[in-house]
Amino acid sequence: MTTLTGLAPVLTGTVELRTSSGWLAVCATADLEPGRGVAVLLPDGAQAAVFKDSTGRLYAIGNVDPFTGAGVLCHGLLGSAGGRPYVASPLLKQRFALADGRCLDDDAAAVASYPLRVS
Amino acid sequence: MTTPTPAAFGAVDRTGRPTVVLVGHGMVGQRFLEALAEHGVTARARVVVLCEEPRPAYDRVHLTSYFSEGTSPQELSLVEDGFMARHGVELHVGDPAVAVDRDSRTVTSRSGLSISYDTLVLATGSYPFVPPVPGKDAEGCFVYRTIEDVLAIEAYAQGVTSGAVVGGGLLGLEAAGALRGLGLDTHVVEFAPRLMPVQVDDGGGAALRRSVEGLGVTVHTGVGTQEITTDDAGRVTGMALSDGSELPAGMVVFSAGVRPRDDLARACGLDVGERGGIVVDASCRTSDPAVFAIGECALAADGRVYGLVAPGNEMAETAARAIAGPDAPGAGFTGADTSTKLKLLGVDVASFGDAHGTADGALDVLYSDSRSGVYRKLVIGSDGTLLGGVLVGDVESYGVLRPLTGSVPPVAPEHLVLPAGAGAPVALGPTALPDEAVICSCHNVSKGAIRSAVADQGCAGVPEVKKCTKAGTGCGSCLKVLGQLVDAELEAGGVEVDRGLCPCFGQTRAELYEIVRTLRLTSYRDLLDRHGREDARGGEGCEVCKPAVASVLASLAPVIGASVHVLDGEQAALQDTNDHFLANMQKNGSYSVVPRIPGGEITPEKLIVIGEVARDFGLYTKITGGQRIDLFGARVEQLPLIWARLVAAGFESGHAYGKALRTVKSCVGSTWCRFGVQDSVRMAIDLELRYRGLRAPHKLKSAVSGCARECAEAQSKDFGVIATASGWNLYVGGNGGATPRHADLLAKDLSDAELVRLIDRFLMFYIRTADRLERTSVWLERIPGGLDHVRDVVVHDSLGICDELEALMAAHVAGYRDEWADTLDDPERLRRFVSFVNAPGTPDPTVRFVPERDQIRPEPLPVALTETVPV
Ligand code: SRM
Ligand SMILES: Cc1cc2nc3c(=O)[nH]c(=O)nc-3n(C[C@H](O)[C@H](O)[C@H](O)COP(=O)(O)OP(=O)(O)OC[C@H]3O[C@@H](n4cnc5c(N)ncnc54)[C@H](O)[C@@H]3O)c2cc1C
Ligand code: SF4
Ligand code: FES
Repeated sequence: MTTLTGLAPVLTGTVELRTSSGWLAVCATADLEPGRGVAVLLPDGAQAAVFKDSTGRLYAIGNVDPFTGAGVLCHGLLGSAGGRPYVASPLLKQRFALADGRCLDDDAAAVASYPLRVS
Repeated sequence: MTTPTPAAFGAVDRTGRPTVVLVGHGMVGQRFLEALAEHGVTARARVVVLCEEPRPAYDRVHLTSYFSEGTSPQELSLVEDGFMARHGVELHVGDPAVAVDRDSRTVTSRSGLSISYDTLVLATGSYPFVPPVPGKDAEGCFVYRTIEDVLAIEAYAQGVTSGAVVGGGLLGLEAAGALRGLGLDTHVVEFAPRLMPVQVDDGGGAALRRSVEGLGVTVHTGVGTQEITTDDAGRVTGMALSDGSELPAGMVVFSAGVRPRDDLARACGLDVGERGGIVVDASCRTSDPAVFAIGECALAADGRVYGLVAPGNEMAETAARAIAGPDAPGAGFTGADTSTKLKLLGVDVASFGDAHGTADGALDVLYSDSRSGVYRKLVIGSDGTLLGGVLVGDVESYGVLRPLTGSVPPVAPEHLVLPAGAGAPVALGPTALPDEAVICSCHNVSKGAIRSAVADQGCAGVPEVKKCTKAGTGCGSCLKVLGQLVDAELEAGGVEVDRGLCPCFGQTRAELYEIVRTLRLTSYRDLLDRHGREDARGGEGCEVCKPAVASVLASLAPVIGASVHVLDGEQAALQDTNDHFLANMQKNGSYSVVPRIPGGEITPEKLIVIGEVARDFGLYTKITGGQRIDLFGARVEQLPLIWARLVAAGFESGHAYGKALRTVKSCVGSTWCRFGVQDSVRMAIDLELRYRGLRAPHKLKSAVSGCARECAEAQSKDFGVIATASGWNLYVGGNGGATPRHADLLAKDLSDAELVRLIDRFLMFYIRTADRLERTSVWLERIPGGLDHVRDVVVHDSLGICDELEALMAAHVAGYRDEWADTLDDPERLRRFVSFVNAPGTPDPTVRFVPERDQIRPEPLPVALTETVPV
C-alpha cells in the first residue's frame, strides 16, 4: 500500500492513476467537482475512487466499501478531521482517509490507495 | 374531647396503624397525598380519601384547555398511574363526607361509610359564588369549576349562538375563553371599571381589554347584572344590566368569585372566619388540633384565603410535615406570594408583589404601547427596591422580575420595562438572581435547589431536574428560566454543553439558519470560513454540516438569492449522496426511484406507465408505507432514462431522498366514504403540491383524514389534518418510527385558507428553529414552552414574524421546480450519471441481482475489510 499525500492542485491536464500495469489516464482535471469523487474502472476489473477536495488537491483510493462490498465510496461526502481529509461512505458512514485509505472508525479496515499525477 | 399528641397518632385502627382521613381530592388534596408519601407517612399509617367528584384529582388550572386544545378529561388527571395502589391509599370516588363527629373522631360519607380518624385533613376547596339575581337558576345558567361543569357547558352550547360571562376576573376570562372556544359570540360583564381588578391596575386593565376585544370578546365594564331573563320554557334569553340595557345571550356562566367550602367544618363546630374559611394556624391546624385544613377552604394564619394553587401546595406540604412528626424539617405556612402569570384567551398577564403600589412612597415605572397591547409597570420603593409589578401582553421578563422582588435590581428599572431594542441594554438573565430566588412558585423551588440538583445530584438536563425537584411540573410558566439556569449550571460545572452542530460549527442548526438569513450568505465556504470553529475554518467541512447547511441554503434560497436547484454549483458537493443523485441509494449501490403520487391518488394510465417503466428496466416494484410506489434496482446511468419516461407521463420527483416533504397520505374521504365530512383527498393533494420540495431539518410527513375515524393516521404525522363538520382540525408533532408520538391539536375548525396559512407558518417556524435531524415531534418537546409557545407564535403571532414566515413559504411555492425535469434539461448535470468516469458505457459490476418471487433482489456481496493492490 502506498502512502501518499494529496496531489497539489493543477489547473488543467489529464489525471493519471498508477496501477500494477502502469499509469492509466482517468479523466480531465476539469471533470472533477471540488468536494466530490468519481469512480474509475481499472484494467483488472477493480475500482478506484478519485476525489478533488475543496482546495483542489487530488486523491485516489479504492472504491469498494469494505463493509458492504458495494462500489460506492466515490459517492461519499468529503470532510476533514485534524486537517486530514476523508470520505464518509454513503452507506454506513464509516470514514476513510483520502491520503492512505485507512478507515478512521475501524482499525481493521482499509481500502487501497493509488498514486496520481497530472500530465 | 382529648388532646392528641403533636404527631396526632393517638388511636389505632383495626390494622394497628393510625388513620389519616382526607376529605376532598382536588389539586391540593393530591399534593398533600404526595407529600405524605414523601415523608413516609403512607408507609406507617392508613390513609383514606373521600372524593366528592366522580373522578380523582385533576388539573383544574388547565380546565380551559379542554376547549382550547382538546385536552381530554383523562389527560387532565393529576394522579400518576398506580399511585394509590403503590402507597396503599384508599380512595372513595364519588362519595363525599357528609358529617364529622369530633368527639368520637369519625367521618361519615354519603354512602354510609363511617371512618375513625386520628388525623382529619379538610381540603374541600371552594364553590363558585353566584350572585342572588332573579333567574340565576334558569336553564342555561352555569358555573365554571369542574369537569362536569365543562361537559354541561359544552352540551348546552350546541343549541345556542351566544353566551355571557358574569365576572371579568381571572376565572371569568377563563370562562370567556371556553365560550369562544365553543364558537359562541361571547360577552363579559364586569362590575368593576376594569378587567381583572384584583390583579392588574387601570393601565393594565385597559391593555388587557384591548387584547381581549381583539379576540372577538365583547367587554362590558362598570355594569352589574340585574336579572337573568328567560323565555316561557324557562330557558335563558339574556340579561338585564344595571345601566338599563339588555344583553341577549343564549347561556350565562357565573364567574363572580369563589367562596371557601367550610360548611362541613362549620357543622362540626370548628372556627371559621367572619367572611368564611376554616381558621388554621401556621401548621395548617384548625381549632381542633386533630383536624387540618389546607387549600382554598382554609383561612391562613395571615388572615387570608388563597385562591391559587401554589399557596395551596405549600399548605399541603406544611400539613404533611406536621403530621409526619415534629422532627420533619421545614417552615410553617404564614402567607404566600400571590404572584400570577396567566394566559387568558391567549393574552399573557402577570402580576407580582405589590402590584397596586400600596406601600408608602412607592413609585411607578411604566411602559405602555397600545398598538401592540403591551403594558408593563414596575412598583419601586423609595430606596430603589422592586416591590411588584404588572405585565400585560409581553410577560417574558416575569421569570426574572418576580424572584427579584424585594431587592434592588442590578439594572435601572426603566431598562426592565423597555422592550428589547428600545434602549434596553442586554436583557437581565436568570444568572443575575440570588440563590434564594424562587424560580418555580408552583412547587416553591429556589434557584439554589435547581443549581444543587445539577451540581450535587448529577441531573444532566431539564427533564432530570423536573423529576428531582418538581420544578416546572405545575403551570409551566417557569420552564424557560429553568432551562436557562440548568444550562448555565452545567456549563459552570465544566460540563461542556456544546450544542454545536458538528466539529466544524459551534452553532446549532437554528443559529446557522439565522446567520444565513440575516447575513444573506449563499455559500457554505463563506459560512465555514467566517463562522466555523477556529480550527475548522479553511478546512474541508464534514459530512454532518454539509447536508445540514445545504438544507438551510435550500430553505432560504428564494430570500437570500441562492440557486433553487439542489444540484447547482457548490451546493451539489454538499448534498447527501441521495440528494446528489435525486434517488435513494440501496445496499448494493443501486438506486430506488419514487415518483410523487400526491395524496395517493393515481389514474390507471399512470399506474400502467409505472408498470411499463419497471418492466422495461427490470426494477423491483413495491407499494410503500407512504401510499406510493417504489422502483428499486436502478443503476446510476439508468436514472435519467427512467426519469425521462416518468416525467413524460406527468410524474415528478417524490423527494424520497430528501430531508423534505415526503407524502401527504389521504383517506378516501367524503367523495366516496359514507362517513366522510370533507374531501380529504383533494386537501391532501393540495397540501402535497404546496409543500413539495420544501427542504427541512428532517423529513416531513402529513396525512388528511375525512372524518374522526382517522383512516389516514393523521395523528402520527408531522402535520396531520382531520376533517370536522365545519372545517379542519390541525394536529402537529406526530411521529411514527422508533419513538412514536401522538400529534397535538394546534387549532380547530379551520377553513381551507386558515388551515393552509397555519401550516405555512408552522412549517417555516419549525424549519427556522429546529436542530439538524430533529423531527417536529422532538422539536416540539424540546423547545421552551412547547406546544403553547408554538401556538403563540403561529396562531397569535406573539413574535410578530408570521408575515415573514408566510412570505418565505409563498416564495418557496412560487420557486418550486421539479428537480428531475430540471436535471434532464441540463447536460452538465447529466454528466454525473455514469458508473465510471473513464468508461461511461460500462455498468458497475458490483451491482448484480438474483431472482426472487418473480422479481429481482440484490445478490449478496462479498465483504473483505482490507483491500490491497500491487503497485
Ligand atoms: C420505502 C419505505 C418502506 C416501504 O417500502 O414501505 C421506507 C424506506 C426507508 N425509510 Fe422509512 N420508509 C417508508 C415509510 C416509512 C414510514 C411510514 C409512513 O411514512 O407512513 C415511517 C413511519 C412514519 C414516520 O416517519 O413518522 C418510516 C419511518 C422511518 C424512520 C424513522 C423516523 C423517525 O422519526 O423515527 C427512518 C430513519 C430516519 O429517517 O432517520 C426511516 C428511513 C428510511 C430509509 C431512508 C432508510 C435508509 O436510510 O435507507 C429507507 C429508504 C427508502 C428508499 O431507499 O427508498 N423511515 N418510514 C417507505 C417509503 C414511504 C414513501 O412513499 O416515501
Ligand atoms: C378555570 C380555572 C382556572 C384556574 N386557573 C388558575 C391559575 O391559572 N393559577 C392558579 O394558581 N389557580 C388557578 N385556579 C384555582 C385553582 O384551581 C385552585 O386554587 C385549586 O384547585 C385549589 O385546590 P383545592 O384542592 O384547594 O380545591 P379544589 O381543587 O377545588 O378541590 C376541592 C375538592 O374537594 C371536593 N369536596 C368538597 N367538599 C367535599 C366533601 N364534603 N367531601 C369530599 N370532597 C369534597 C370538591 O368536590 C373538590 O373536588 C383556577 C381555577 C379554575 C376553576
Ligand atoms: S377517515 Fe372517515 S372519511 Fe376517511 S375513510 Fe375513514 S371513515 Fe371514511
Ligand atoms: S411556576 Fe408553575 S410550574 Fe414552575
